Amino acid sequence: MDLTLAIIVTVVGASTPILIAALGELVVERSGVLNLGVEGMMLIGAIAGFVVQFHTGNPYLALLSGAAAGTAASLIFGFLTLSLSANQTATGLALTIFGTGFSALAGSSYSARPVTLMQPFLPVEIAAHPIGKVLFGYSFPIYFAFAMVVVIWYFLHKTRAGLILRAVGENDQSAHSIGYSVIGVRYLAVMFGGAMAGIAGACFPLLLTPQWAERMTAGRGWIAVALVVFASWKPFRLLAGAYLFGLVMTMELYAKAGGGVLSVIPSELWAALPYLATIVVLVLISLRRDASTNAPACLGKPFLPTN
Amino acid sequence: MTLSRRNFVKVGGAAMALPLLGTSAFAQLEKVKVGFIYVGTINDNGYNYAHNQGRLYVEEHLGDKVETIYVENVPEGPDCERVLRELAQQGCQLIFATSFGFGDSVVKVAPQFPDVAFEHATGYMSGPNIGLYNARFYEGRAVCGTIAGHMSETGKYGYIGSFPIPEVVMGINAFVLAARKVNPEATIKPVYISTWNDPAKEADAARAMIDQGIDVIAQHTDGPAALQVAAERGIVGGFGQGADMSAFAPETQLTAIIDHWGPHYLASAEAVLAGTWTPGNTWEGLKEDVVQMGPYGAKVPEDVRAAADAVKNGQIDGSFHIFTGPINDNTGVERVAAGVTMTDAELLSMDWYVEGVEQPA
Repeated sequence: MDLTLAIIVTVVGASTPILIAALGELVVERSGVLNLGVEGMMLIGAIAGFVVQFHTGNPYLALLSGAAAGTAASLIFGFLTLSLSANQTATGLALTIFGTGFSALAGSSYSARPVTLMQPFLPVEIAAHPIGKVLFGYSFPIYFAFAMVVVIWYFLHKTRAGLILRAVGENDQSAHSIGYSVIGVRYLAVMFGGAMAGIAGACFPLLLTPQWAERMTAGRGWIAVALVVFASWKPFRLLAGAYLFGLVMTMELYAKAGGGVLSVIPSELWAALPYLATIVVLVLISLRRDASTNAPACLGKPFLPTN
Repeated sequence: MTLSRRNFVKVGGAAMALPLLGTSAFAQLEKVKVGFIYVGTINDNGYNYAHNQGRLYVEEHLGDKVETIYVENVPEGPDCERVLRELAQQGCQLIFATSFGFGDSVVKVAPQFPDVAFEHATGYMSGPNIGLYNARFYEGRAVCGTIAGHMSETGKYGYIGSFPIPEVVMGINAFVLAARKVNPEATIKPVYISTWNDPAKEADAARAMIDQGIDVIAQHTDGPAALQVAAERGIVGGFGQGADMSAFAPETQLTAIIDHWGPHYLASAEAVLAGTWTPGNTWEGLKEDVVQMGPYGAKVPEDVRAAADAVKNGQIDGSFHIFTGPINDNTGVERVAAGVTMTDAELLSMDWYVEGVEQPA
């Protein structure tokens, strides 16, 4: 029982940054833009969050700084791909390489400098009982991630603004012809994606391991990008997907570390599960009668108005 | 100068435009140019940081008779060959490849530059211009294991490894052999995470082991993440690896194994300067000061310090060797007879675990 609760706590920690980054990318892609720079924006957010946490000790300010830094990085991408119509795939990859290098440069004088972890969001009394701890014992970003799943779902499917964003992603020419600013909407989406990636990056020094290490996101930005496809661009599926990935990443370690019940499933199988799950999901999607992947029709295409 | 793989090509291009000094290794030189390649970043506070400290040591001691270049974050694979070639073409007369996984690349590139001296850390493939050097980190592991044996309450230790290579296996074995001399019931659980640098994964691996009852943790990865989790969870303790990591967990670090490559790097650079360099195969430890122990943590009691010092001093004066039999493997088969000490060759190809190591999943 105690072990199960402990595993849940670790899973939640591992899943949250992936979920936050993927939610941002989901909105970006729904507007018709493919930003492969998530990993780079996360790293820029991570170093910004770390530096602010180190100097101020205020984790909320650190998260905000991560968001601001991620937004700034996304604006580089936005300017190149939206204003100059550069190739989105190449620009996104460049942003990841840039973010890796820039964060390493900015963080080079911050080695051997630990910070303090973010404290639980709710008063400790609520989290005193083990069950209470599993439900209420987390710091702010965990609840933020859950809330954003609902907010983004509501925004995309229940609001006029969300409808416009989806229209821009599905048919930019039509949206343009009835007077919506395709480029403007996409800028806002890209900036939102950057802010979310920055927050996700800041979670690394604030939640997971209170230090700065170069490349500390270690590829999780790419998992976030893949998850958006995995979730067929739907927020609640994204929630399930992020926690599935967090679960298998964590269970691999717990199975390796433990004996007994946990070793019933070999750690190799846990390690293989994300990939098996991806294949199964892709097969299920392709089996559906309409055979559509739900991908926004204009995904990755630069907008060049025809009239 | 600060050179990373990111700006390496740019700076390298400029440097190549300069006329290459006529060099022939094994002739006396006025000035030696030394290249270092690191698998991670010099800011990792661990393994790569320690190699870079060695580079700085050479600069400090040779002054204007040496110029050093380093390249960080070189992947263990084909890209390493390119970096090695570029360093050689830039006129390095001595190149240190500081990670085990660079071995294949060194063996491929070295024959193309017969006048350049290559040295490969922790490897096993030598050649006419490839020297090997290593440090007896296991001696430090034996000191750590002694402390763990005394201080652990559960007698269960966790060990985060990168990959199951002999270097790592040897460390795990030395740790638990030393611990079991104190507590014959002690066990250790290795968890391999298939990377040298993924702090979040290292931290989660530490959480996974602590949640399942270990109370002392050691790691053979490049950073302090596991030690920080040990501090966060308040277990008995952990150890710094590669460098003193007490800044990250002042209460929790019981001691640290410090890699001190400087003297070796200096000796090789001086040999190249003097024209006397030959491919060596050195494996030095506490005695030669290539492996150092960090200060004991405040919570390590006096008697434990004395016991740890005894193990340390025994290895320095040669009276104690952790891999002296009888040693059984973890299936109960005797591998080393009583009174016999394993040879270096046996240690460097060690692929079995001693008694007390739970077989990694």
